[in-house]
Amino acid sequence: MNFDQARRLAREQGDASELLALVPYAAYLGLRMEMGADGTALLRLPFKPSLIGNPRKPALHGGVVAAFMEGAALLHLLLVLDERRVPKSIDFSIDYLRSAQAQDTLASCAVERLGRRVAQVQIRCWQAEPQKPVALARAHFLLASDE
Amino acid sequence: MPETAAVQKLIDHFHHDIPHARELGMEVISASAERTEVRLPFRPEFLGDTERQLIHPGVVTTLIDSTCGVGLMARLGRPVTIATLDLRVDYLRPSRPGIGLICSAECYRLTGQIAFMRASVWQDDPATPVAASVSTFMLNSGGPQIGRPPEGAP
Repeated sequence: MNFDQARRLAREQGDASELLALVPYAAYLGLRMEMGADGTALLRLPFKPSLIGNPRKPALHGGVVAAFMEGAALLHLLLVLDERRVPKSIDFSIDYLRSAQAQDTLASCAVERLGRRVAQVQIRCWQAEPQKPVALARAHFLLASDE
Repeated sequence: MPETAAVQKLIDHFHHDIPHARELGMEVISASAERTEVRLPFRPEFLGDTERQLIHPGVVTTLIDSTCGVGLMARLGRPVTIATLDLRVDYLRPSRPGIGLICSAECYRLTGQIAFMRASVWQDDPATPVAASVSTFMLNSGGPQIGRPPEGAP
């Protein structure tokens, strides 16, 4: 299945499984997309013990939180834009606000600037309480259609 | 404890006690107060773009965060509780298919509470890095100390 077909399935039937399957590392981490009524998605990283970085707290690996947020931004772009290839990462910057506990993690993304060549995405990540983010991040992507 | 024994203990801790580092297959190549290198062998699950066979940026970031963490402990010479405050990655060039990554990290400024780290990621040649990063860590961030309890501890 190509990106156009997978995107159509996600947009029209709320089934993002094929879109996720096109990004092996997102599938490996276990990412899920929960489709909203407005056509955007909430990204979920279900907890599993292999994601732990500090077993004594226990806390998720900081790299996992970052990887989840980068993956979330990529999938968000694949869902809301009509790209036929995966946008290329230019840079990524994350602020860690709280330690991520051993539980499900959620992320929402917003494209704050969409140019012809570059998209800027803000990513917010939280766990049990949406008003207490565990991390905030931003990323720039080079859009594949105009390489 | 001699420095080499302390560093070996840190390397053992990294390989055994960090589930996600073990899950991905990270291996510490070398660690010292000056510089720490960690290798991540390639796996097909790490791809973010199957068409161009590019490694997912999240894999690179995870490797950087891990290398900076163990690199900071090597600089301090002991396992301490640390927390990443922030981290930035610049993706300088695409990774080449089927080849693992090596990350090198150094602490370029250390205060009583904050460590400033920089890191570089490459595949074969350090002169052509795929990513560069700067990050800031907080020392003794609270919570239980990491690492295994000493042998014979209750």
